[in-house]
Amino acid sequence: MVKTIMDEIIEAGDYVLPGTTACPGCGSTLALRYVLKALGKNTVLVIPACCSSVYQAIYPNSAINVIIYNVAFASAGAVASGIKQALDIKGYQDVNVVVWGGDGGLVDIGFATVSGAAERNEDIFIICYDNEAYMNTGIQRSGSTPPGAKTTTTPLGKIVGFKKPMPFLMLLHGIPYVATANVAYPTDLYEKVKRGKEINGFKYIHILSPCPPGWRYDDSKTVEVGKLAVETGYWILWEGYYKEGKIRISLSPPSRPYRTPAKRKPIEEFLKYQGRFKGFTETSIKRVKEWIDYQWNLIEPFLQ
Amino acid sequence: MKRYDVITGNYSAAWGARLSKVEVIAAYPITPQTTIVEKLSEWVDKGEMKAKFIAVESEHSAMSAAMGASAAGARAFTATSSHGLLYMYEMIAWAAGARTPVVMAVVNRALGPPWNIWSEHTDVLMTRDTGWIQFWASNNQEVLDSIIQAYRVAEDKHVLLPAMVTLEGFVLSHTAMPVTIHEQDKVDSFLPPYNPPHYVVNPMISEPFTYGNILFPWDYAKVRMSIERAMINSIDVIKKAAKEFEEIFGYSHGALIKEENVENADVAIIAMGAVAEEVEAVSEQLRKDGLKIKAVKVRVFRPFPKREIAEIANSVSKIIVIDRDISFGWDGILASHVKAVLHEYKVDTPVFTKIMGIGGDDILPEHIVKAVKDVY
Repeated sequence: MVKTIMDEIIEAGDYVLPGTTACPGCGSTLALRYVLKALGKNTVLVIPACCSSVYQAIYPNSAINVIIYNVAFASAGAVASGIKQALDIKGYQDVNVVVWGGDGGLVDIGFATVSGAAERNEDIFIICYDNEAYMNTGIQRSGSTPPGAKTTTTPLGKIVGFKKPMPFLMLLHGIPYVATANVAYPTDLYEKVKRGKEINGFKYIHILSPCPPGWRYDDSKTVEVGKLAVETGYWILWEGYYKEGKIRISLSPPSRPYRTPAKRKPIEEFLKYQGRFKGFTETSIKRVKEWIDYQWNLIEPFLQ
Repeated sequence: MKRYDVITGNYSAAWGARLSKVEVIAAYPITPQTTIVEKLSEWVDKGEMKAKFIAVESEHSAMSAAMGASAAGARAFTATSSHGLLYMYEMIAWAAGARTPVVMAVVNRALGPPWNIWSEHTDVLMTRDTGWIQFWASNNQEVLDSIIQAYRVAEDKHVLLPAMVTLEGFVLSHTAMPVTIHEQDKVDSFLPPYNPPHYVVNPMISEPFTYGNILFPWDYAKVRMSIERAMINSIDVIKKAAKEFEEIFGYSHGALIKEENVENADVAIIAMGAVAEEVEAVSEQLRKDGLKIKAVKVRVFRPFPKREIAEIANSVSKIIVIDRDISFGWDGILASHVKAVLHEYKVDTPVFTKIMGIGGDDILPEHIVKAVKDVY
């Protein structure tokens, strides 16, 4: 019998063990499960302050079966650089040094360390699980919150930001691998991490990670919400890299149909699931649509 | 081969790191520190040092990367000054909590505004409660030697805390003095390679473990208590390191403190850094004038040499503390420590605070003489 990708994922074993203190329906634990399956045991996770700092379990327990080094909010990219360089000079080249953090820690407060490590092309992974707000501290808006979403610091959903195009910004650093992913597409995520693993240099992966308490939807619907993000064109799955003076982007299979706007489901389908968009105004919807167009327009010139 | 050179305090610091065979250096430029890491990066680039140099994007990242390297089992070094030190403050506390024996050279510099690049001790003293050991060098030779000693102390299995070696901006950092650059094999015999006695962040040699995850107050208090114990342990380790250093190299900078002109002294002047060296010179001069002054250099500010200071206080009738720093609304920081020690040891010798040299204002011999004559 031919081995499928699912067989491989099952055989890879589990590094996220029972006993996390995550919320029911957590997108991040789901994503971490597939990330670690792809990376294997020869992995170090550097975790800045985020939900994962808490859900990895409480001392003296750990529900994650790889080395975890917990670090301060704005330090992860630099700590990982230090670990990698130390392992290198000590003669241990084959270790995956991986920053695993949320959008607050990587898109906002720790952005300088992410950008610095990328610019130096450190041989590390930085993987952001983007739940689109500071969820661990209780749903405050971040630089990755979509326009008009209600958070505890934007309680009326007034439009503040435009959601930083983080994966694209990272691609502009001229690094060898950037990918976007989504917890609703685990095989796509798994394969992207595997591909990154083969690449020497800086790897950035940005995972959309639906969050039931933060986005205010039923905790059984994480995969549905994630899928709708792709089907409405809100979240684009792609891989990109820099080579010989040029940037290239390729759309990942689940997102390919939605390059044609007419094929996308109406954005309202994605929004209506979520309490954070309740009472969403026409202006807000317009702004989100504009943001979606902007994301597609950003990558369009680089699509193969 | 042993050699003599006339070099600045900053090059002495670089030599200290080189002779200590540091493996990872992470640094960011700031005046007056910059020439330390410029020299190190030159040696790394030319292959004269087998080390990794990470030119990071901020001091916060310099400390983060140094800490990460140390956690992975490498000997790590960085250097900074003033605003750089304060910018990395969060990671200074984190590196101590993480028990990573990073050594950092800190070139003392005043804080802005207004901009000022000259010497003041307040920057380093603001980090006194973070769990770092602090060595205060008085001359360029002591800068070099203290870095080697700092690794020896920081990496001791009874200590495992980071350590700073401070030197005054320009007064030492950019002033050339004769310095002995030791033979590598002698340094190696004093400072063996770093061999962490615990799991390191390296899955090739350690089992999966989690460092620093959330814990409840009753466990947290134990973790913090272990830092206090390590700090207390470091007292004997510092003394032993100073003694062995003397055996190998033939001279000593003192251990926690160093006293000069002790005979029949009735007034002690206590100071730190390059100021202490000046105090020593002035005390010799004053002795010729018949004033029985003893000069006391506090070489290690953390752990604070309580017993030594109490013994000095018991042996004199007055103490003058010269602080090149100020804690606003309180006192000179060194002086307030001396006063607290005297209270703890029930000694009632009067202590006089003299704050001078703020923001690089020259401390001239006559200023110290005046301070003495004010209270003598």
